[in-house]
Amino acid sequence: MNRLRAWFLAPTWITVITLFLAPLAIILGYSFLTRGIYGGITAPWTAESYQRLIDPIYLVILWRSFWVAGASTVLCLLLGFPLALFISRAGQHKNFYLGLVMLPFWTSFLVRTYAWMFLLRDTGLLNTLLEKLGLIHSPLPLLYNDGAVILGLVYGYLPFTVLPLYATLERLDRTLLEASADLGAKPWATLTRVTIPLSAPGIRAGAILVFIPCLGAYLTPDLLGGGKSVMIGNLIQNQFTTARDWPFGSAVSLVLMAIVMVLLFVIARGEGEDLL
Amino acid sequence: MKPRGSGLAIYAVGAYLFLHLPLLILSIFSFNSSRFTVWEGFSLRWYSAALHDPQLTESALNSLIIAVVATIVSTVLGTLCAYGLWKRNSRPLAGSLYLSLVTPEIVTGISLLAFYQWMFRFLRVQLGMHTVILAHVSFSIAYVVIVVIARLRTVDATLEEAALDLGANEWQAFRYVTLPAILPGVIAAALLAFTVSFDDYVITSLVAGVDSETLPMVIYAIARRGVNPVVNAISALIVIGFGSLVMISERLRSA
Amino acid sequence: MECVLELRAVSKHYASHHAVNGVSLNLARGEFFSLLGPSGCGKTTTLRMVAGFEEPTEGEIRLNGASIQHLKPYQRNVSTVFQNYALFPHLTVRDNVEFGLRRRAGNHIGDRVRDVLDLVQLAGKESRRPSQLSGGERQRVALARSLVLEPEVLLLDEPLSALDPNLRKQVRAELKAIQRRVGITFLFVTHDQEEALSLSDRLGVMNKGRLEQVGTPEEIYLHPSTRFVASFLGAVNWIGDVGVRPEAMRIAREPSRNGHRSRPATIVHSTFLGNCVHVDTRLSDGEPAVVEVSRLGETFAPGQAVHLWWEPADELRFDELHHE
Repeated sequence: MNRLRAWFLAPTWITVITLFLAPLAIILGYSFLTRGIYGGITAPWTAESYQRLIDPIYLVILWRSFWVAGASTVLCLLLGFPLALFISRAGQHKNFYLGLVMLPFWTSFLVRTYAWMFLLRDTGLLNTLLEKLGLIHSPLPLLYNDGAVILGLVYGYLPFTVLPLYATLERLDRTLLEASADLGAKPWATLTRVTIPLSAPGIRAGAILVFIPCLGAYLTPDLLGGGKSVMIGNLIQNQFTTARDWPFGSAVSLVLMAIVMVLLFVIARGEGEDLL
Repeated sequence: MKPRGSGLAIYAVGAYLFLHLPLLILSIFSFNSSRFTVWEGFSLRWYSAALHDPQLTESALNSLIIAVVATIVSTVLGTLCAYGLWKRNSRPLAGSLYLSLVTPEIVTGISLLAFYQWMFRFLRVQLGMHTVILAHVSFSIAYVVIVVIARLRTVDATLEEAALDLGANEWQAFRYVTLPAILPGVIAAALLAFTVSFDDYVITSLVAGVDSETLPMVIYAIARRGVNPVVNAISALIVIGFGSLVMISERLRSA
Repeated sequence: MECVLELRAVSKHYASHHAVNGVSLNLARGEFFSLLGPSGCGKTTTLRMVAGFEEPTEGEIRLNGASIQHLKPYQRNVSTVFQNYALFPHLTVRDNVEFGLRRRAGNHIGDRVRDVLDLVQLAGKESRRPSQLSGGERQRVALARSLVLEPEVLLLDEPLSALDPNLRKQVRAELKAIQRRVGITFLFVTHDQEEALSLSDRLGVMNKGRLEQVGTPEEIYLHPSTRFVASFLGAVNWIGDVGVRPEAMRIAREPSRNGHRSRPATIVHSTFLGNCVHVDTRLSDGEPAVVEVSRLGETFAPGQAVHLWWEPADELRFDELHHE
């Protein structure tokens, strides 16, 4: 049995090591090297790239990434919770409503981000509609700012809070709610004092599932933020293409990875449930 | 709870509208005969333009080839891996796969780019379809493992013991007893891997060569320059295509 | 009698505890042998070692004289009926039963399958799927699937525990009849002492990994060798260090003579159980004693002073002071 199992795991191990772990190790190495004259990397070994990160320009980007990711996460939780609640009470149609939430998510992420460009730009649908209705005289700058990015991220990751919240609510012992009512609590009180506290695992899971991808987002701030809303992901991409400063880009990447791992460790600690 | 029920239902309607309207509107306007955001009449001209644009059709073909190859490889590897992990967990492997899921795409992408550049000093190869396919296999495997392992957890572990008891060896037990039981899950995983691969932009854009442009890369380039109704048409097609695949996948997952 | 399965000082140690400790057994060909004990006593682990799903830490397992403890399950000529039947859900009844045969080269698969399905009375249901069968029918498929391979020993892991209590007695009788007809050696694991007593030619009682006693049902019930065996097989009243079963006791108004042992007691309560009456009494030292009497006998009122008596031959005495 162990021989067979080893054969089954080996190909994936090889793939994971060569195409995931080794590249990360290379990046780790690069982060301590120096930028070559024409881009790329050369000796000497130095920690200079990491020291550069302390510069206010980059700290602003770091801060913006946290605030955008944080706002998106909070919004996703606030918007997702009532929806998850609704689905968990939907009786026999639960799966249908759940599928309805997931469906847009599994279509192209690029397309869904583009859809908001279509809606929000100066000559986009929203502005055209508002002008036609006479409510405004010149287009509102809805696109190319932090708000648009947050909107795009919330739109993209809302299902990531609905699913774990739904899973937790579904498993909630209904008799606890009945007991609460029996003891005199009105529906709102039962919600805030029983349901929500007991949904904590789902809230934690949803928060991680949204915050981490949002922190490292690239496509959404790029398309919906223009050059105005630069986040860590954009910074990294920039270093590896236009700026051709691989050591610095690697350093930023590793800092991002470190933040992600710390968050996971801290928040996911309480969860016994593994994904895998 | 009744009054709260209807309030919740109203909210749900609003939430579903929020989720679906943007795509619906996009699809509707893909039939707009005008290129502006004012409805001027029904037309299929943008679909025609999309299907006749060589850059679009070529890149779509590239995307298809990459997705099919990457799906086959990652599904086979991922299924075998899921089975191995189900028999007995390997924390390092499970941890690495989990890490590959939470690593931001931009980081995976640039690390692969660095890796390829470094390899090419020794191997004299260029960026191209093969580099993209390998990258796609790398990030798809974790998705396949998750779906297949979830399916495996619903399988009764004593079934394989019964098969061994009745004279089958370990491989036969897997092939004749477990694999048929998880097949719907494997197909669902394959469909998932396909959509993830086809839709990828970030990683692909970094490791694709000059000749291996994919559809998302072309869409991105057009979208970057502004709104183009041809993109609306392609988007509508993609939404319908992916949507169907996903619905089939969901049906299979719970089969 | 010919010995078909032999366990020699078989042990299974885990890091935290000893699941099986020095178990030795001899099964004769054609015998119906039960391993009886409470959950956690090691009986299932022992069975799994014979089947090949666990390897013994110590000891030897011999089938027809040949050592098998290092062989894989599919290399041993024993077959298991699992507690949850483990029927392959994606295969029909026929395909399930054929499964083992198909792993071997062989002819007349169709005939053999038909014969075994007749034996378990499932003829006509070959094309059904397990999900379309009742619990009792599924159990019969599992039995057929193993029997058709004609193993040297058939291992049964609590096969009746998943059935409705009403069904159990009936299935029990059918199982015994099938075993008699087919003549295959059965190694049957259960925690239900009524099952073990009614089905077995011989049985072994296990406790905490050890085999406490092996014998025929009569031997084990009437002459238990340890306190544990005595109390596991049935109720026991302990009068000091001596045990007497409720059905061996009688109640009288006067102290008994004629060489019977006797004790004074007070009636506490009578419970009518249908076929008999259980009378709860309290002895003079305050200890309880339950007496089983026929419902046709005398009735007693609570508080009444009586004498309990029994034959000395019915006493269960144990030399060793066992600490359970």
